[in-house]
Amino acid sequence: MASTFEAQAPTTTPEVGGMGHSRKRVEDARFIRGKGTYIEDINLPGQLWLDIVRSPYAHARIKGIDASEALKVPGVAAVVTGKDLEGYGLHWMPTLAGDKQAVLPVDTVLFQSQEVAAVVATSRYAAADGVAAVLVDYEPLPVIVDPYKALEPGAPVLREDREQKDNHIWHWESGDSSATDAALEGSALRVKEHIYLPRIHVASIETCGMVADWDAVNGHLTLHMTSQAPHVIRTVVAIIAGAAGLPIPEHKIRVKTHDIGGGFGGKVPAYPGYILAAAASFLTGKPVKWIEDRSENLQADSFARDYHIDAELGVSADGRITALKAKTIADHGAYDAQAAPLKFHAGLFNVITGSYDYPSAFVEVDGAYTNKAPGGVAYRCSFRVTEAVHAIERLVDIAAHERGEDPAEFRLRNFIPPEKFPYTSPTGWEYDSGDYGTALRKAMDLIGYDELRREQAAKRERGELMGIGICSFTEIVGAGPSPDFDIVGLKMNDGAELRVHPTGKALLRIGSQTQGQGHETTYAQIVAEELGIPASDVAVEYGDTDTAPYGLGTYGSRSTPVSGAATAMASRKVRDKARKLAAHLLEASEDDLEWTNGKFNVKGSPDRAVTIQDIAFAAYTNFPVGMEMGLEAVDYYDPPNFTYPFGSYICVVDIDKGTGQVKIRRFVAVDDCGNIINPMIVDGQIHGGLTMGLAPALYEEIPYDENGNNLAGTFMDYLLPTAVETPAWETGKTITPSPHHPLGAKGVGESATVGAPPAIANAVVDALWHLGVRHIDIPLTPQKVWAILHEKGVS
Amino acid sequence: MTTQHITVEVNGTSEDADVEPRLLLVHFLRDTLGLTGTHVGCDTSNCGACTIHVDGISAKSCTMLAVQADGRSIKTIEGMADGATLHPLQQAFWDQHGLQCGFCTPGMIMQAAWLLDQNPDPSEQEIRWGISGNLCRCTGYVNIVKAIEQAAAEMAAAAEVQTGAPVGAAS
Repeated sequence: MASTFEAQAPTTTPEVGGMGHSRKRVEDARFIRGKGTYIEDINLPGQLWLDIVRSPYAHARIKGIDASEALKVPGVAAVVTGKDLEGYGLHWMPTLAGDKQAVLPVDTVLFQSQEVAAVVATSRYAAADGVAAVLVDYEPLPVIVDPYKALEPGAPVLREDREQKDNHIWHWESGDSSATDAALEGSALRVKEHIYLPRIHVASIETCGMVADWDAVNGHLTLHMTSQAPHVIRTVVAIIAGAAGLPIPEHKIRVKTHDIGGGFGGKVPAYPGYILAAAASFLTGKPVKWIEDRSENLQADSFARDYHIDAELGVSADGRITALKAKTIADHGAYDAQAAPLKFHAGLFNVITGSYDYPSAFVEVDGAYTNKAPGGVAYRCSFRVTEAVHAIERLVDIAAHERGEDPAEFRLRNFIPPEKFPYTSPTGWEYDSGDYGTALRKAMDLIGYDELRREQAAKRERGELMGIGICSFTEIVGAGPSPDFDIVGLKMNDGAELRVHPTGKALLRIGSQTQGQGHETTYAQIVAEELGIPASDVAVEYGDTDTAPYGLGTYGSRSTPVSGAATAMASRKVRDKARKLAAHLLEASEDDLEWTNGKFNVKGSPDRAVTIQDIAFAAYTNFPVGMEMGLEAVDYYDPPNFTYPFGSYICVVDIDKGTGQVKIRRFVAVDDCGNIINPMIVDGQIHGGLTMGLAPALYEEIPYDENGNNLAGTFMDYLLPTAVETPAWETGKTITPSPHHPLGAKGVGESATVGAPPAIANAVVDALWHLGVRHIDIPLTPQKVWAILHEKGVS
Repeated sequence: MTTQHITVEVNGTSEDADVEPRLLLVHFLRDTLGLTGTHVGCDTSNCGACTIHVDGISAKSCTMLAVQADGRSIKTIEGMADGATLHPLQQAFWDQHGLQCGFCTPGMIMQAAWLLDQNPDPSEQEIRWGISGNLCRCTGYVNIVKAIEQAAAEMAAAAEVQTGAPVGAAS
């Protein structure tokens, strides 16, 4: 059962700083002084700059590329085309989804801003001059931007490189079709809706970039780059090089990430720019630097969502959910670039059954190619969980409204009850722990729900538009158990390596990769919790594949569930050896020792004790004959299950009848991410996640016109919320530990991005329901809402 | 390649250079002087990661040419701390968890410093409008606002001590 405390009570002193302490971040010391080292801050002697020629057309034949004028530009060293790369077998690269993508196309461009040629020059300005001087002769071809049209029989085939001659990528399904149909037919109420989650972009404030450094003498390739998964990149580069017959084996490839200016999933995949920089360094023998412009970033990579969902929910006469059915068309653009576990084409989308207890569900997803940039990457979400939660939470709200019932009451009746955990969902997931009613009631108390409903009724009498929206989400994070979860064959486990030095200080190396989450701070707290070594005595390293243990990286909220667990388990292995050393030092049997607060003492004799620091010194100076010197351990953690963070969010909106503008008056987020490592950082993650949920709910969308032109390719058109649009978020917690995670933690980085959009959308529809509005697709822009008000005769 | 000679005071030090007239000020600071604390996050002057002070006034250094800074005085994030002593805004961003990835932070701190210079006691709404030209993708701004409030209070208290006015006196 959940506790309604804001965090579990710490078991360590503030000086030790284990779990539950709001330890200030150690990494901030450099960031607040402007002394971080981001990719653009890396400069190597003799480096060249790479810039990219991109297609103005969404679909066109490349008839010719004339680089002669570009090569006359002072400083330009080389122009590289697809035909040049073809000579080395480097014109294609694998995507993490098992598809392939053109590094540079040899004959056909498939989306606007696709890479067509690369210019290498002595400065960034000369490279840009070179790009402007490259002449490309295109023959435009018919453009398909609508995935439904792409899947029609006879549609032009976009991917001529495939054996399969249509635009269908894959079909994926989950659940029981006939049981679901039967349950729906027997339902008193059937709620159907078409829900579109538009294409959006993570837009981390730092774009992507690389400094590639090929050392021809030693045969060593160093890739300084923006990557959330550096080990995966190293292996993929080794595979590409091996397939091309290049002499760059994996032990001579080093990926270094340095500081990363935000990732949110956008820095998981390999992009052509990276491969071009590495190839250019290999070909020129010099370091080559590629830094993506914002407009390139918003037009060519990192896209998320683009899910067209037809969903239906059945409800019995007594208001219980009976079944869910969903059929989805997934627009993946020109290449399937999503970074999802290989066997899960639609990621974890079948967690769509949500926080509710019912027996039947059936989910189908079909992927389609279109003339849009490669899609399906990520937007701060664990593999399509946001799309799933949006669909179920909209349907539940529509069902409650159609029944004339309060959406909170409807949810409370249908929640999976606490005593049913672990709970097997209709699509086969085993939810580890949850207490959904407690979280929703806490949110209702914090916001004053009943009073708000009374206010809303009074305002409606006066013709004012006020809405209250709820979202009670369940996430599935921490990919993933090795039997089923891999990225390009690599099992989704993570390593942690802990070395305790003779003086009791420690070095922890991890395979996950911070992009702002604060791993240098929180991972030291895990070691402090497990070993009693003060967090300030633990250095945390990551992001260098030569030294860090293998790991699949940080995305899908998997750091705490997998890498955090590995850190706890490595610490426990160290503690196991420490017990043997303590027995030696105290001349006692191991069984007679007990572990408390960083010390082993003889049971019943608290004074006969040795501290972890005493033990560390003995590990190098006074260990028994036959024992290996040192105090260190490595752990690779294979999670037995996912973790299932959850929460209930309530949003209050006022809508301006004159302009259609939605104003969020209050927003309360109650999250349950299990036990908390650092409450300050958890709140920070939730604040940021809420803002990245607000963004697509009200502002962000990357639309394309019928010619495949990206209509939001700069920050002038793609509207990130500023401090003015962002409300003062209010947060609360319940604590329901994960039963299988060694720390009882669940992960929190993406919960709020998942939970916020439906709460906002539900609030807006709640404000308009009495006018006959039952659904609006996000983003809920003023023009969209105004058009509806106008149509309904409201002014 | 045509170049133009410029003399710019940067963080109290006079810097001389021959630069291309088209060189952006942010690239002069980062690539020529090695002051990499000033960042570039967009190409449309929306994000504010490149915010610095020019003659004491907040400016987006991606929107100025280096030659336009000739004869002027510039302050960047590297010039904010006094040796080991952090500027109150730097300390407050640290105390309040006002940053995560840190990429927007230098620009955000420089803009906040200009805001407090213009309005030493801003309301929450004035702070939010004051930093609305600076985008942060990580924090949701909640703790940035708190940090600026903390720094404003500390700077006001320090100013009262300096001017001899009683600390905590009603203004």
